[in-house]
Amino acid sequence: MTRSVIELTPDASDIRVARFATAAIVLSLAEAAIPLPLPGVKPGLGNIVVLIVLWRWGWRDAAWVALLRVFAASLLLGQFMAPGFFLGLGGALASLCVLGGAMHLPRRWFGPVTASLLAAFAHIGAQLVVARLWLVPHDGVFALAPIFALAALVFGLINGLVAARMLLEIEAAATAA
Amino acid sequence: MRLAARDWLALIRPGDYLVLVLAAVLVGMLGQHFWRGGAADRAEIRAAGKLFATVPLSAPQLIVVPGPLGLTRIEIDVGRARVASDPGPRQYCVRQGWLKSAGAVAICAPNQVTLSLLARQPAYDSLGY
Repeated sequence: MTRSVIELTPDASDIRVARFATAAIVLSLAEAAIPLPLPGVKPGLGNIVVLIVLWRWGWRDAAWVALLRVFAASLLLGQFMAPGFFLGLGGALASLCVLGGAMHLPRRWFGPVTASLLAAFAHIGAQLVVARLWLVPHDGVFALAPIFALAALVFGLINGLVAARMLLEIEAAATAA
Repeated sequence: MRLAARDWLALIRPGDYLVLVLAAVLVGMLGQHFWRGGAADRAEIRAAGKLFATVPLSAPQLIVVPGPLGLTRIEIDVGRARVASDPGPRQYCVRQGWLKSAGAVAICAPNQVTLSLLARQPAYDSLGY
């Protein structure tokens, strides 16, 4: 019997995705410990990592990080295949679609803050649609839309600012090295 | 590295402000749309206890309702409604003037006509209030 050896050699992109996905997963876990006034209103700190990866290394890597985060964080929290998982997955997919467009805006005028805000609104929009279609089949869920939108505005702005600042530091470190 | 407030502001590019303002407007519009419980959006007119008409408060119009004493004229305007004239002796419903909030009711008892304003979520009922 011949033994077949399959060797997988990770390239630089794989290592980068693994590293940043770990950071995003850790942030998601830390965030799960914060008591929240309303289910679904979360700072979304993991999205800072997704934004940084998107801005510096492109959409493909960002998509890997975002989806790995959704799957791994839900597995670790015991939420895999629970309603919260599908809300998160829907939000992540929608915000990735929007980020795919937002990253092509002229960077002179639109920075990570724009990308963060657009992604945050796409995220809550998709969550509301998933919730309406599946979890709460009643238009009453839309009464929460203003609260979710306000959360998206505040956290989108803060996450965008943090991402912009960390990108500055990463670029400064890269040019110094 | 600690950043002063000014340095954080420098991270926001010109277009970001535009997106920020648009996002804030969107939040305000969502709040307006989903939470305007107090504003009436339609008027319900009853004659002799039976529903006579339900009209949206979106365009001005005049509705004439027949009753045992004669004709009650109800005037609908954008966001408000009133009893313009009534054959009743004491004119209480006419003197109530324009009704604006959801739940407000004008009753012309002698002619058995009532005008009430409704919204998806009434703020209060002016009879119970």
